[in-house]
Amino acid sequence: MNSLSRRRFLKITSASFGAAIAATSMSTVVKGSEKIEEKSGKKIKGVQKIPTFCDICFWKCGAIAYIKDGKLWKIEGHPEDPLSNGRLCPRGTGGIGAHFDQSRLKAPLLRKGPRGKEEFVEVTWDEALDFIAKKMNKIKADHGPEAMALFSHGIGGNFIKHLMKAYGTPNLTAPSFAQCRGPREVGFELTYGDVVGSPERTDIKNTKCLVLIGSHLGENMHNTQVQEFAEAVENGATIITVDPRFSVAASKAKHYLPIKPGTDMALLLAWMNVIVAEKLYNKEFIDNYAFGFEQFEYEIAQYTPEWAYIETTIDPEVIRETAREMARYAPATIIHPGRHTTWYGDDTQRSRAIALLNALMGNWGKKGGLYNPQSVSIPGYPYPPYPKSEKGAADNPHHKYPFAEGAEKISTGLREATLTGDPYPLKGWFVYATNLTQALPNTQETIDAIQKLDLLVVVDVVPSEIAGYADVVLPESVYLERYDDLNTPLFREGFVSLRQPVVEEPDDQKPNWWMAKKLADKLGLGNYFPWKDVEEYLDTRLKSAGLSLDQLKEKGVIKGPEQKIYNDANNPPNFYTSTGKVEFYSLRLKEVGFDPIPKYTKPEEPPIGSFRLLFGRAPVHTFSKTQSNRFLSDLMEENEVWINVDVAKRMGFKNGEYVRLKNQDGILSNKVKIKATERIRTDCVYMVHGFGQRSKMYRQTFNKGASDSQLITKYKIDPLMGGTGMNVNFVTIEWGA
Amino acid sequence: MARYGMVIDTRKCVGCQDCVIACQAENNVPEGFCRDWITTESQGKFPTLQLEIRTERCNHCTDAPCVSCCPTGASHYHDVGGVVLVNHNECIGCKACISSCPYDARYIHPEGYVDKCTFCIHRVEKGQDPACVSVCPTHCMYFGDFDDPNSKVNKLLESRKHHSLIPEAGTKPNIYYLI
Ligand code: SF4
Ligand code: SF4
Ligand code: SF4
Repeated sequence: MNSLSRRRFLKITSASFGAAIAATSMSTVVKGSEKIEEKSGKKIKGVQKIPTFCDICFWKCGAIAYIKDGKLWKIEGHPEDPLSNGRLCPRGTGGIGAHFDQSRLKAPLLRKGPRGKEEFVEVTWDEALDFIAKKMNKIKADHGPEAMALFSHGIGGNFIKHLMKAYGTPNLTAPSFAQCRGPREVGFELTYGDVVGSPERTDIKNTKCLVLIGSHLGENMHNTQVQEFAEAVENGATIITVDPRFSVAASKAKHYLPIKPGTDMALLLAWMNVIVAEKLYNKEFIDNYAFGFEQFEYEIAQYTPEWAYIETTIDPEVIRETAREMARYAPATIIHPGRHTTWYGDDTQRSRAIALLNALMGNWGKKGGLYNPQSVSIPGYPYPPYPKSEKGAADNPHHKYPFAEGAEKISTGLREATLTGDPYPLKGWFVYATNLTQALPNTQETIDAIQKLDLLVVVDVVPSEIAGYADVVLPESVYLERYDDLNTPLFREGFVSLRQPVVEEPDDQKPNWWMAKKLADKLGLGNYFPWKDVEEYLDTRLKSAGLSLDQLKEKGVIKGPEQKIYNDANNPPNFYTSTGKVEFYSLRLKEVGFDPIPKYTKPEEPPIGSFRLLFGRAPVHTFSKTQSNRFLSDLMEENEVWINVDVAKRMGFKNGEYVRLKNQDGILSNKVKIKATERIRTDCVYMVHGFGQRSKMYRQTFNKGASDSQLITKYKIDPLMGGTGMNVNFVTIEWGA
Repeated sequence: MARYGMVIDTRKCVGCQDCVIACQAENNVPEGFCRDWITTESQGKFPTLQLEIRTERCNHCTDAPCVSCCPTGASHYHDVGGVVLVNHNECIGCKACISSCPYDARYIHPEGYVDKCTFCIHRVEKGQDPACVSVCPTHCMYFGDFDDPNSKVNKLLESRKHHSLIPEAGTKPNIYYLI
């Protein structure tokens, strides 16, 4: 009934390349994009520049790798690439460390001891893939192809996704939905009939007022957003930052609102109350495009700033003043939808409130607001059709979460199905480039699910924690050594970019496309991989769009024709909701028994002596996958726990001292350093995600800092879409290392 | 004559340390060492706080004690832009310069000589910005010539409030921070 995905795809308008455009509109920025044959001894003297795109996070910034005398030297932003604008973030700049990483997996591994004991033997690729094929065939014969699930992250997963679809399973997922942006996308879809998307459609560089609610841009280094954020700061835009922690973004703000954690919805409702009561909203937009505004107006009247003060601890006058400031600059005002939005379990509704506040600004399709992203279309490879699954996906049995029926599956739903066998048992997991012990909340639950499997395959570049539980570990080439699928994101302008190898693998690592094709052959699915190698695949796709691989290898990035990203009188917005309008009142929510207009739920209070555990990002790391990169670990080897300096003093904790955190369920963390600071409220503690890893094979990271995921034994599931709200855990601070 | 220096906008800097990594990669700085670094200074009481985030490095001082105290002449002013450099071959590793520098800008390279920021003179002489400046995602760093009255760096100093680090040390540093 609530098929979000189908509509989501319908609306993606994309341009195609005119042959002439591709050939003439770009200057060649890179010369000599030849692969260096270091192994054959043919070292090329001097400096070579090879364009590619980054993979240290999923943002996919265009880059140029420099090879000096046959050795990888450095990597810089690709000046023609719209995502990097010639500049990478610190992780991207440190990306060369991934190639040199001493802890890389070197050869395929087969498990010898019990799962999690990290006892393996090295095997050949043939042995490893034969083993997997045999198990996968048995799973299919015994339980059907649906009993295999794929967890993957990033564009590198595309070929394995294709393989799993060919095998016949619909259970393909990534933690980026139910542990990250899912609530935001569903909340916006319900309101506007369209998602925010990645990269976000926020026109930050042209905005006059940017509201950040928990978004810690500058610590969270999504490159283009941070670049645009700095531009907005330079242009004198008003920044309003809402965060229990005085983030870097807070230090750039005109207004810093040190909100009590868990009460963001109250603030949003009060802001809308002021804007409606004082009639500061964009009347023309509301008159033309709002559905259910009268009911909304009526309901919002109860949420006064005075009411919100009791919940949020934010001064009512500050709430009024900031609301007026947003309205003053509208439509060039953005209330940022955030990205990691799985906080408290009512996250889709909070995202809806953010969507509605933006709607009051009338900023849809407006300069400085939420622009209409563009892309170019490169036809897919002409594969045979995939087999149809009769059972359907296992992530959302009995349609429990009515708005999780889109293309993106609930990762934790598949974990649950593995544990319970409902709606049917899952017997095999294929895990590509995502460390599930940290990516999913409650590490123990993930481990328990793994113990139920007949097969766990992990593809990674380093011996991550999840690899320690695998039956087979497949060592992948890092991004600097491989091709991946084409990148054609929805963004300010349409373009295609290429990831291509710039150096060779140091050992017996292989690219994912090679693994997928080889395994397909062994599974009798070779007809789904009719191409000889990835170059032929890429060239076929590019040729069907009037381009060629040779062209793209040289340029790295090719832009499509210019398209409009703002609406105007001749080009009004279209809303693909059931009413064709922006839904202030949602009939679809009402129909399935949810609040048609967002409401506030009081968060649970931390018991006396406990703190709410909050987590976030550092600019030099991505999740738990960069901690052994020498450039990045040099700058941050372990995380710290931020605690208010007065509280620390009262409790007798000193800066730099090691403590452990204990959560409400008695789980004790690794030792972690105290950061006693003015920059956080007294009722919460904060740490950077991705540390406290427990893989002994991954020596550089072993026991460095503490893991938030381990402490997040409790999570509140969003009843609309199955996201896992993770900011609901309380910890005490325990003495001693 | 030229006098090279930097103007850094602390309002834009987010402390991401991209500048640190770019320098390490560009100049092959050994693991565990750096030629530039980030300092974060906070003032006030929660929630009324002020943060200054600064990227720091050798100030290429006009009156550089590290040059005057060097017994071998290894530490010297380069003839272009007054950039302070260390000639690795002449350096005997006596560390006199390390203790004379009020900014702690120098370190002993594992190969025995003293090393520090060179303003990426090898790039600057080719018309490029130093690596840290060219990589910064917030575009908060500006490199230029203070002897040129029309340079961007001078214009920025004219238009914005600024400060330098430990001016009382009297070394005439050539890096300024916009506030
Ligand atoms: S944001 Fe940074 S890590 Fe992510 S792709 Fe861009 S440069 Fe790489
Ligand atoms: S790269 Fe730029 S924004 Fe990042 S720390 Fe250095 S100066 Fe600041
Ligand atoms: S900052 Fe230190 S090393 Fe650099 S010129 Fe001044 S005194 Fe010498």
